[in-house]
Amino acid sequence: MKIKAQIAMVINLDKCIGCHTCSVTCKNTWTNRPGTEYTWFNNVETKPGIGYPREWENQDKYRGGWVRKNNGSLELKAGNKLTKLLNIFHNPDLPVLDDYYEPWTYNYENLTNSPSRKHQPIARPQSLITGETMELTWGPNWEDDLAGAQITGKKDVNLKTLQEKIRFTFEETFMLHLPRLCEHCLNPACVASCPSGAIYKRDEDGIVLVDQEACRGWRFCMSGCPYKKVYFNWKTQKAEKCTLCFPRLEAGLPTVCSETCSGRVRYVGVLLYDADRIQETASSDESDLYKNHLSLFLDPRDPKVITQAQKDGISDDWLAAAQKSPIYQLAIEHGVALPLHPEYRTLPMVWYIPPLSPIMRAFEGNSAQDIFPAIDQMRIPLDYLANLLTAGNREAISLVLKKMTALRQYMRNLHVNKERELQIPAELGITESGMQSLYHLLAIAKYSDRFVIPTAHREQFADLYAEQGTTGYSFAQDCSTCSAGKDSALSSDFFSFRGTSNE
Amino acid sequence: MKKKLSPLGKKLRFFQPKETYSNDWSELSSQDREWEALYRRRWQHDKEVRTTHGVNCTGSCSWKVFVKNGIITWENQCTDYPATSPDMPDYEPRGCPRGASFSWYSYSPLRVKYPYIRGILLKLWREALNKTGDPVLAWKSIVEDPEKAKAYKSARGKGGLVRASWEEACTIIAAMMIYTIQTYGPDRLAGFTPIPAMSMVSYAGGSRFLSLIGAPMLSFYDWYADLPPASPQVWGDQTDVPESGDWYNAGYIIMWGSNVPLTRTPDAHFMTEVRYKGTKVVSVSPDYAESVRFADHWLAVNPGTDGALAQAMTHVILKEFYIENASDYFLDYAKKFTDLPYLLLLEKKDDTFVADRFLRASDLGMPLNKAEWKTVVLDQTTQQFVIPKGSIGHRWENEGTWNLKPEDEAGHAYQPTLSLLGVEDLVVSLDLPYFDDHQNSLIRRSVPVKQIEQQGKTLYVTTVYDVMLANYGINRGLPGDYPLDYQDLKPYTPGWQEQFTGIKGDLVIQIAREFAQNAVDTQGRSMIIMGAGINHWYNSDTTYRAILNLILLTGTQGVNGGGWAHYVGQEKVRPLEGWQTVAFARDWTLPPRFQNGTSYYYFATDQWRYEELPLQELTSATIKQPRYQHPADYNALAVRLGWLPCYPQFNRSSLQLADEAKDQGAVTNEEVLQYVVNELKSGKMEFAVEDPDNPVNYPRGLFVWRANLISSSGKGHDYFLKHFLGTSHGILGNDQQALKTEEVRWRDQAPEGKLDLLVDLEFRMSGTALYSDIVLPAATWYEKCDLSSTDMHPFVHPFNPAINPPWETKTDWDIFKGLAQRFSELAATYLPSSKKDIVASPLLHDSPDEIAQPFGKVRDWKKGEIEAIPGQTMPKFLIVERDYPQIYDKFISLGPLAEKNPLGAHGLSYSPQGMYEELKKINGTIQRDGVASGRPSLEFDRQTVETILALSSATNGTLALRAWQAEEAKTGLSLQDIVSDRAGERFNLASITAQPKEVISSPIFSGNTQGKRRYSPFTTNIERLVPFRTLTGRQHFYTDHEIMLEFGEGLPIFKPALPNLAFAAHEQAPDVSAKTLQLRYLTPHGKWNIHSMYGDSLIMQTLFRGGPTVWLNNEDADTIDVKDNDWIELYNRNGVVVARAVVSHRIPRGTTYMYHAQDKTLNTPGSPLSHERGGTHNSPTRIHLKPTHVIGGYAQFSYGFNYYGPTGNQRDLKVVIRKLEEVSWLED
Repeated sequence: MKIKAQIAMVINLDKCIGCHTCSVTCKNTWTNRPGTEYTWFNNVETKPGIGYPREWENQDKYRGGWVRKNNGSLELKAGNKLTKLLNIFHNPDLPVLDDYYEPWTYNYENLTNSPSRKHQPIARPQSLITGETMELTWGPNWEDDLAGAQITGKKDVNLKTLQEKIRFTFEETFMLHLPRLCEHCLNPACVASCPSGAIYKRDEDGIVLVDQEACRGWRFCMSGCPYKKVYFNWKTQKAEKCTLCFPRLEAGLPTVCSETCSGRVRYVGVLLYDADRIQETASSDESDLYKNHLSLFLDPRDPKVITQAQKDGISDDWLAAAQKSPIYQLAIEHGVALPLHPEYRTLPMVWYIPPLSPIMRAFEGNSAQDIFPAIDQMRIPLDYLANLLTAGNREAISLVLKKMTALRQYMRNLHVNKERELQIPAELGITESGMQSLYHLLAIAKYSDRFVIPTAHREQFADLYAEQGTTGYSFAQDCSTCSAGKDSALSSDFFSFRGTSNE
Repeated sequence: MKKKLSPLGKKLRFFQPKETYSNDWSELSSQDREWEALYRRRWQHDKEVRTTHGVNCTGSCSWKVFVKNGIITWENQCTDYPATSPDMPDYEPRGCPRGASFSWYSYSPLRVKYPYIRGILLKLWREALNKTGDPVLAWKSIVEDPEKAKAYKSARGKGGLVRASWEEACTIIAAMMIYTIQTYGPDRLAGFTPIPAMSMVSYAGGSRFLSLIGAPMLSFYDWYADLPPASPQVWGDQTDVPESGDWYNAGYIIMWGSNVPLTRTPDAHFMTEVRYKGTKVVSVSPDYAESVRFADHWLAVNPGTDGALAQAMTHVILKEFYIENASDYFLDYAKKFTDLPYLLLLEKKDDTFVADRFLRASDLGMPLNKAEWKTVVLDQTTQQFVIPKGSIGHRWENEGTWNLKPEDEAGHAYQPTLSLLGVEDLVVSLDLPYFDDHQNSLIRRSVPVKQIEQQGKTLYVTTVYDVMLANYGINRGLPGDYPLDYQDLKPYTPGWQEQFTGIKGDLVIQIAREFAQNAVDTQGRSMIIMGAGINHWYNSDTTYRAILNLILLTGTQGVNGGGWAHYVGQEKVRPLEGWQTVAFARDWTLPPRFQNGTSYYYFATDQWRYEELPLQELTSATIKQPRYQHPADYNALAVRLGWLPCYPQFNRSSLQLADEAKDQGAVTNEEVLQYVVNELKSGKMEFAVEDPDNPVNYPRGLFVWRANLISSSGKGHDYFLKHFLGTSHGILGNDQQALKTEEVRWRDQAPEGKLDLLVDLEFRMSGTALYSDIVLPAATWYEKCDLSSTDMHPFVHPFNPAINPPWETKTDWDIFKGLAQRFSELAATYLPSSKKDIVASPLLHDSPDEIAQPFGKVRDWKKGEIEAIPGQTMPKFLIVERDYPQIYDKFISLGPLAEKNPLGAHGLSYSPQGMYEELKKINGTIQRDGVASGRPSLEFDRQTVETILALSSATNGTLALRAWQAEEAKTGLSLQDIVSDRAGERFNLASITAQPKEVISSPIFSGNTQGKRRYSPFTTNIERLVPFRTLTGRQHFYTDHEIMLEFGEGLPIFKPALPNLAFAAHEQAPDVSAKTLQLRYLTPHGKWNIHSMYGDSLIMQTLFRGGPTVWLNNEDADTIDVKDNDWIELYNRNGVVVARAVVSHRIPRGTTYMYHAQDKTLNTPGSPLSHERGGTHNSPTRIHLKPTHVIGGYAQFSYGFNYYGPTGNQRDLKVVIRKLEEVSWLED
């Protein structure tokens, strides 16, 4: 056993309101610059739909992630190192710009500067790539709230096993919103795909980063990532991806997308896992992937785990954070969070609580005594959620939805002073205190419940006594001539004083 | 320090594994990670500044704005709200993607950086000024020359803006104002800025300036159709609603016409989270909206038929919870807090009866003070008629009897009788008005009555409850046309509603039962969140009242977690008293001119000339015909009877009347006013509304700030363009064969370009800026000090500048201060002496005016039905001194009335003692000769913030205590304990910048938050027995004004949407070759904008489709060969839109959605039909003025600014859609 710590995230789709605040705050902070116009480290998709980039889930098309070969061993779906070497100057699996979208702006100045004319002036879309006026035909959220989904949505691969049952009609409408960011996988295909070795998973917290100095722009990470969460910066000619806001995490703050989430759907915390079982787990039978992935995580209160963790260099404050981790509680203790597309075998570390939805028979009365609908009456088909979150395992998804419905029934009885319903929770393996704890996490969800983030141990990396006074300064390192005023990016007026000037 | 490795060196080290795991599957390598500083440096910043966004979204979220290298870089939500309680979710992090994108505007190419003037006008101005050397004469020479005026007016909106200096812009504006005041009077100028709560100081800048001058401020809440007129009708309150945190106390929530995740984004989490507490959530929505995702049931109602659904649910609740299995909780609540036990007079009509007005003490000959204003119940114990305390008569006799104690005037306890059945003298048949899609008819049912012999006449009375049961068809074995069961198609059964709503009756029964049973189980914690989806209709008030039935009948109003939760418009100014003191210059001059917005625009834009539907078709079958067929005539009636305001006021200048009167021999003020009355009575002088197209009655100058009137809120966009502005438009209908008025003068030719000058203060080149004559560059929300509050949360948030205003931009406060200065300078020459201004004011709610016109009967002095008496049967007239050269001095200092006059609102007043002196210390004083000398300074926005906070009970504990003491005197109740623990608290800019702070409970609002309770409206009324501000003092099911009865709205009722089609019968629809489809046209609030704000930013446009869109159902789209993202043309008689189609099965058939406030500044091509640029979402709309909204002078039906008045509803419309094969961009 080799214990490592990972900062992980849970996103509660049952609370996600699809507002995209996460996308906007992330973009403003990280990718609001030339070269990254089309880049959304975080985006939100409406499902059913094909998303961003188009059909990212269609691995027949993009061949991302891993496959298990007949001999049981794992291989990148795009092929082994030799295949990749052959394709190094032409990667056939790479999404093209149109699969994302051609970013645009408007000639806004025209509104203010237009000369007097016959008609009202207008600002038209202009390509940020070519500068030409353009027609808009696709964007990063083109399918918002099922826009055009009766056409594009049919290509959603999560529908493939249930096509007969799904009709895109008003009466049968269903939808959910899916926020997506880098999964910071335990078995990242992007890292394995990189010919330059420029992508690495940080030892201390599991964050996957592209070294901006080492990246050579081969772009195999982009096709290798089955979630399509590595982007190519056309200006720097390097790959960039979500950094899990490590500058904030290191300071004990949650990621921007998490803190600014108006739906309060995101949780960030520490998980401990056994790094010696990655390969074995990622090679599981498809039906066991979720279960085995779960079993990788270690109980942070188990004395044996604690002893080993300390031996493996996990500090006490990180252990304490792991013990309070909302991720551990939701994914492992309560078992209500699930991995996104575990069949990609990258062992993703952003997990999702599935959404409940209104009952299907909306046009008929429900004669059942229960105030809440049974899960098989819900509008979002179970199989759809299973294809999204459990590699098709209906039982697993069904159990989670049952737990959530049982929680609502239990709490309702409690709050309207009716007899508490305990039998169903018991059958689902939840105790009364488990109910209370799950309720607190899902509903009350105070800031300190959602985010349990230990600060970074920078002392392990640097001489902090020396850095205390020098951090932030760069002239000692980068300065070539150290003469002030030369090649300054800013041209501004300033005074010089003859009497005191050195010149 | 470590030496930096070369890239090659890094590589080498990278390939040296230190450790491997998982059978060598992964390895630990040593790698130089100094590059990581790249992202760290991006994150590092100089400062975070707490501020918020001044946009009418009800959000009022607290944000931290990050400044890095002197640049505003991004913003994140604050997370430091005080905790609610350990048992409920907190408010953090309030915000949404729109707010999160605001920083884009700071430096964007859309920013207005300098003053702009339309080049043609500027050229005319400079020529005229050169020629005359006199700014006022220069302006006169332009606007009085038809050719010159037309030259610049017809160029509006078509580019050609040029940079000007602040000095030149201010001079033109001041010259225009002085010319207008000299020629027509100050009431031809007006200001439009909405929603003070979203940035109170910025609102106050302009309103203070204009109020000092005597120019009216235009209301917005009614104009936006955000006002739910049902609220004044039922509660006598503009709107009071729970904070969103109170949703978490609910046991059952219906989201009705409110798309909570999309439009209440920062608060939606309380709804998603309370589901885990076991609360059931139901969504009533025509489309599969985002709110439906979170619901347990979706009631997919046909648009506009929500009233029918609510009527059927009322039927179920009355039948099951009042008659069959009566809930004691409900009955008790109904008796104590509603008008259900109150007695109504029945009017005999041939062989039957109709319900008339409330019985009064005066009808019974009781010798009581204000007996005409005291309503009556029957005591269950003694069977005697009693006069319960708390009616409006008690309110204004000031004897401390205005309370809800179950006592009569003498202090004797009584038990109200809910139904007369069993104690009746006889049972009589009752005719009830009924409306559906076919015709207006009557339902005949019956009620038990008491007979009263009084002065030789027999009075027939019954209770409101008995009339309700008859109306709803609840069969108690009485004769009449009652439904047999729930499936019967007679009104108002679940079976009946299905033919309108399309919702299965069984589901309606289930939801109604669950909602009521939950209220029984939880003592009232059933809630309905309602919104614009059902409020923007012509008959929204009947819909609302039908829905309010559900919450009143189940005893949920005034209970935490229960009641209505109406969220349309950010109406709640928490520090109200201080704000209105500064904003309307009440510290210097009284009264301000308050004009109701809808009437102003209805006449100014000549939408009144395009009416098509005679009111006969909308009135009750109990009457032969309505008073008038045209709504404009009702508006004119309302003005002369003192119900609604009217500015422009008379067809003469209000400044010349005093002089005229003196010429006629008047000496005293009374004689001057009598002269005014005589002139009106004799018909020598008219109200301007009686001849709106007469040039002397045109509005001449309009200031718009904090608003996008032309492209966002201007319902009837193309009528604005044609008649108000005089520029190109897309109107396809005509006014020549339209419905004509009887009393309002009809002129054959409608004027075009009435307005002389449109001035806009903006920070982005919005549609209004584009169409304005002068655009003044405003500071953004990240560049000024201000205040924001909302009903969604209990905090008052500050704005603080992250940077000073860049380029030549200024704060709104500073801009108006600058205008005041230039105006005063010119006034010293042109308007040197003090002037007497005759101000006509309507009869006001929450003042003794509201008992001016007894019994709600219409008595028209113009027709000789009653004497013309100012303040009783007609408007009040007041004389105000205007000293124009002093405007600037008054603007920058807090005037003497702030020390002398009591503070207050909503009929309460209390002493401001001590605050004036304190403000001298806080703000410093003005050191300048003149009227301002030594007074507290209001030179800067920061000082105004402090003044507002200091003079308001919600933010100053001392004043809160005084306000509660005043309420005690009024009610005879003991109340001050509510605030005793917070009486020492004071808010100031620094304290609310340090951390958000919950406001102090004040009797100005109806909720009690003592002990950190969540705010829920009317809890003070229910728990502490403070009356509602209505006729009976209770919550009204019944409204008895004559005009309410004329339109059949005595009781809650179902009325269908207006029958209007895309083109009127007298008009010809354009002949087009493509396939067309006629659809209902809805404009719900959108996801990527707040009104038009944010909607033009790059990031919001990128997150959807980059331009205007119209949603329609895929099967509908197929019938006209439209595919997703095709260009389409959408049109009706009012105008044309060109947009991209969004085709989705989420939208119901028969209806199209163009999400609200899509401006036509981005990606909008030309229309082949209009040959102009495709319009805004408001191009196909036109307002419909509802006569019941003009009522005044009568209890809760009395005027208040933004309180009552016609709404600018715009939903009852149809449009035609066709595909466009290609589009033209009209770039010539």
